Amino acid sequence: MRARLLDEKLAALYRAGKIHGGVFLGRGQEALSAALGINLTKSDVFAPLIRDGAGRLAFGESVLDAVRTCLGSSLGPMRGRDGNVHRGNPQAGYLPMISHLGAMISVVNGVLFARRMKGITGIVGATCLGDGATSTGAFHEALNQAAVEKLPLVLVVADNQYAYSTPTSRQFACASLADKAVGYGVAAHTVDGTDLTACLKVVGGAVADARTGKGPQLVVAKLLRLCGHGEHDDANYIDPKLKNSPLGRDCLKVAEENILQRKWADAAQLAVWRSEAVREIEEAVAQAQREPAPDPFAQDWSALSTRHLLEGNG
Amino acid sequence: MSLITYLDAICEAQAHALRDDPRVFIYGQDVGAFGGAFKATKNLAREFPGRVIDSPISEDAMVGLAVGAAIEGMRPIIEMQFADFSTVGFNQIVNQAASLFWRTNVSCPITVRLPFGGTSGGGPFHSQSLETIYAHYPGLIVLTPATVEDAYSMLIEAVAIDDPVIFCEHKFLYRHLKVEKLPSEALPIGKARIAREGRDLTIVAYSAMVQDALEAAGELATEGWEVEVVDLRSVKPLDTDTVMASVSRTGKLLAVGEAFPWGGVTAEVIARVTSEGFELLDAPPQRLNAKDTPIPYHPNLWAAHRPTVRSIGAAARKILRH
Repeated sequence: MRARLLDEKLAALYRAGKIHGGVFLGRGQEALSAALGINLTKSDVFAPLIRDGAGRLAFGESVLDAVRTCLGSSLGPMRGRDGNVHRGNPQAGYLPMISHLGAMISVVNGVLFARRMKGITGIVGATCLGDGATSTGAFHEALNQAAVEKLPLVLVVADNQYAYSTPTSRQFACASLADKAVGYGVAAHTVDGTDLTACLKVVGGAVADARTGKGPQLVVAKLLRLCGHGEHDDANYIDPKLKNSPLGRDCLKVAEENILQRKWADAAQLAVWRSEAVREIEEAVAQAQREPAPDPFAQDWSALSTRHLLEGNG
Repeated sequence: MSLITYLDAICEAQAHALRDDPRVFIYGQDVGAFGGAFKATKNLAREFPGRVIDSPISEDAMVGLAVGAAIEGMRPIIEMQFADFSTVGFNQIVNQAASLFWRTNVSCPITVRLPFGGTSGGGPFHSQSLETIYAHYPGLIVLTPATVEDAYSMLIEAVAIDDPVIFCEHKFLYRHLKVEKLPSEALPIGKARIAREGRDLTIVAYSAMVQDALEAAGELATEGWEVEVVDLRSVKPLDTDTVMASVSRTGKLLAVGEAFPWGGVTAEVIARVTSEGFELLDAPPQRLNAKDTPIPYHPNLWAAHRPTVRSIGAAARKILRH
């Protein structure tokens, strides 16, 4: 719920022209993403992708740091040097994605590989992809690498029916993306990505399996992206039949209905949670907007940490 | 006593790094028990168990793994079997490794070893020189040792540097160069070296071309010309000061590189000297590179494709007679 409300605020700021560059939402993918974030601990490694606002918050990212990055505050984790979904804190095991799809998997492998060398056990590394990223060479190389090294990797694929505008029929020809796991000798799990309860169970199981030494785990969740690729995209290419199918269900609504039905909370309680989240988000936006923007004259313009080896900036 | 080759020096530098620093490990194709395609990791897997590790044929994932390990505080050395294949890992090198410090303030101490450059019969995909491409990207250090001593000391220093280093080791020099003992002291990375002194012309070269330039300079000496040869040692950072000081003595400049001609290290050298020291020049500066085609297989074609002692000599005479 916090992630959805944060996304809605970011979309509003984008439409108001307050955000430079793109805004990418996780609408429809919150259940899956949150299910992963909740199952990770602070000692685990997490490399989220563009639609993982929910997983980020569940992993422990503050709303303020998310907003700071989107608004370009110099006090944010990326200091205005990178924006929107490209945020993280590598030394805390929270890796900031580059834009090249599939490229974070082997980096997660590397952290896990190094920790194993240091004798650290009982941890997992998780990363997220969409269906499109499973077509990349980086995906193949890294999943195979994780399998060869028997690393505790959890790879969560949101098969959200479209990679930007390209439907899955133009992306892959196997019956299910879970079939790809077989070829690598990796365990596969499938889940209805619109159902939070199912996501918690399946993703939780995959994380537990990786943690207890059962090697890499591939989780494929079917769902529908309930937004454009970015907020610049009206997504008019999405098949209305899909929207009206069970895949097109809004995972947040499904979860809320389930909570009400099971009487874990009532409508009044949901409203309280919503207003608390809105307050937190509004405060974060107000604070980030007051914070200084990065100053080009105060930058050291250094891409190296070894200062004496810097070239001049000519 | 047996002599130490450039290849031995690379192997010994890695042994030194593995011995000195428990954070160092080597990852690459066939580097383990087999000792590497060129034997640059010979016996290291036995001497350092669990730290010299065979990878799948996955250059992208090899570099990605190194970046992750570096974030975790390790100091990985990646061996590309041939520099040519590093293009498969290009994305991880230039977008992941090179951008990490700038984006996150977390440094990325990885060393990527590229066995590069032409040997007779190597052909289009086992001969390339990629220093120019990597030097173009912010966040990378690109080293091109031309001697056994530099291969040893610069590789040890590369592993100790907190930033990603592209270590270009020339395959022709592997067994061609030999010395009696390895150095205990060296010029630091970032400083060029005067490989031969002279007052008539400065030849700026790096890696194997330094050896060819020195040979050409020897021939020119018999004709009465005193040619100075500057060995860049590292192409990024590029020691413009040493080059400028040499050109201020000679007034003439020839930049020689084995890479393809468009842009590149030789163009960078000439651009810097021309813009910062135009008044020092008594003749138009020249550059000599490989031809603008893929690298040919047959020795006749190969020898005509790249700069040689003969073509360096010819280019030098043209400038000297200006």
